[in-house]
Amino acid sequence: MENINRNEEGYLTDFSQWTKDVGAEIAKDKEIEMTDQHWKVVDYLQGKHKNEEALSIRGIKKSGVVNIKEFYSLFPGGPLKISTMIAGIPKPKSCI
Amino acid sequence: MKNLVILGAGTSGTMMANHLVGKLPKNDWKITIVDQYKTHYYQPGFLFLPFDIYTTKQVKKKGKKFIPKKVNYINQKIEQIFPEENKIKLENEDINYDILIIATGTKIAPEEIEGMKGPKWQKNIFDFYTYEGAKALRDKLRTWKGGKLAVHITEMPIKCPVAPLEFAFLADSYFVKKGMRDKVEISFVTPLDGAFTKPKATKALHYLLEEKGIKEVTDFNLESIDYENDKMIDYSGKEVEYDLLVTVPTNLGDELMVRSGLGDDMNFVPTDKATLQSKKHENIFVIGDATNLPASKAGSVAHFEAEILTDNILLYIDGKPLKEEFDGHANCFIETGNGKALLIDFNYTHEPVEGTFPFAGIGPLNLLKETRMNHMGKMAFRWIYWNMLIKGTHIPFVSATMTKKGKIFD
Repeated sequence: MENINRNEEGYLTDFSQWTKDVGAEIAKDKEIEMTDQHWKVVDYLQGKHKNEEALSIRGIKKSGVVNIKEFYSLFPGGPLKISTMIAGIPKPKSCI
Repeated sequence: MKNLVILGAGTSGTMMANHLVGKLPKNDWKITIVDQYKTHYYQPGFLFLPFDIYTTKQVKKKGKKFIPKKVNYINQKIEQIFPEENKIKLENEDINYDILIIATGTKIAPEEIEGMKGPKWQKNIFDFYTYEGAKALRDKLRTWKGGKLAVHITEMPIKCPVAPLEFAFLADSYFVKKGMRDKVEISFVTPLDGAFTKPKATKALHYLLEEKGIKEVTDFNLESIDYENDKMIDYSGKEVEYDLLVTVPTNLGDELMVRSGLGDDMNFVPTDKATLQSKKHENIFVIGDATNLPASKAGSVAHFEAEILTDNILLYIDGKPLKEEFDGHANCFIETGNGKALLIDFNYTHEPVEGTFPFAGIGPLNLLKETRMNHMGKMAFRWIYWNMLIKGTHIPFVSATMTKKGKIFD
C-alpha cells in the first residue's frame, strides 16, 4: 500500500494503481469485509467512472445491482463516499 | 435546403440560434428552434426573487424578443425524436433535420421523493428552481414568523450547484435585516460530505458557515419526507426536522429523452465531453444542462460550450474533424449576503483557487474571496445576460476555455 498514491482523504489519485487487493485493504481500514455483493457495487461504480458518468444514489437504485437499503448496509456511514474510495475512484463532489 | 433544428429555447438554445444565424450559409440552411413555452426566464434571478431583491418582472421576458427574425420559431410541445429517421414529432406537425441540437435543459422532479410533492408542497415545502416556486416562497417568507429553516439538496447533479448555499447565505442576511435572525435556525442539508467539497474552497470559505451560524448536516441521502410531522428521513434512518423546508428536488433531463430513447438513467443525453457531439448519433449535438457531462449545469458553462459548439457545427458541415476543445470551463458568482459575493473559475481538471480575474494581478474581480466588487459583478450580470449572453455576443476578456493566468495553484 505504501506505493499507492492517495490524497489527504485517502482516495486514490491514479486509478491505474488500483487492484482488488488495494480495494480490500482500504475496505479493511473502514472495517468492511468484502463479499461478492461488495465487489459487484465496486464494478458498477468503476464502469460509471470509466464512462465519465456522474454517480448518484438514484443511479445505484436504477442499476439493479443493489437496492439502497442494502447499499447502506454494505457500506455503513456514507455509502457513496466509502464505496468510491474502495473502488479507487474520486469522491463525488460539488463544484466548490 | 438543409435543416438545422434546435430543441429548447432556454439559455443554450437561444444562444445557439443567435450564434448560428450569422454563420450558416443562408441559401443552404434553414434554422428552426422549438419550445413549448413563450416566456424566457432569467433563472439566476430565481435566487433573489424569494428575498424581494428582484421583482417578478426582472426575471422574465418574451422569448420571441431574443430569437433572430431569420430563425423559424415554433411554439409547440415536442413529442418524440426519431434519431434513425432524422425526424421530430411535434404536437401538430412533423419536422425533419440534417443537424439536431438538443438544448432541453433539466427540470426539478419533486415527485421522485415520497412525501415531497404532497399536501405540504408550497405550504412549508418549497423549491426555488422554478418561477412559481420562487414566487410562492417569496410570499411565504414575507409573513414567516421563524423557526427551523432547512436548506436542502436532494441528490446530485443539480443545476447551479452553489445556488442552495447562496440561498442559505442570503437567508441569513434577510432575517438579520428583518430583525428576526435570533428566531431562525438555519441548517444546510446535503448528500455530499460538506457544503464545500473541494479542498481549496473548503479552506478559504468554511468560515462563512460559522460566521453566519449555519449548521451543516452532511451525507444525508433523502429517502422520504414525513410531511405530517415535518421531518426528512434519510436511507440510514437519520432525521432532520424543519418548520420550513427549502429543497432542491432531484434534477432530471427532459422526459422527451425517455420517449425518444436518448437519455441515461437521469434522462441526460450521453455527450462527448470535449466536442459536444452526442455519443450515439453523429448529427446530434447537445448543449447545456441536457448533457451528461461532468461539468456544472450552469449558464456560464452553456455560454462557453456555445462558442465551441458553433465552431464544431461548422466543421461538421464541412466534413472536417471536430475540435476537442471544451474543458468544462465554468465561471460563477456566489452571493454570500450583505452585499458581497465570491467568484469562482474552474474546469474539469482544475478546482477553484484564489487569484484575480479576468486580468492577472489586476482583477478587478477576486477569485474565491468575498468582495463588494464581486457582488456588483453578479448584479451587472443580469444586464449582460439579457443584452449580450443569450444574444451570443462574446464577453470581452473571458475565453471559452479556462485560463490559468492570475491564479494561485501553490
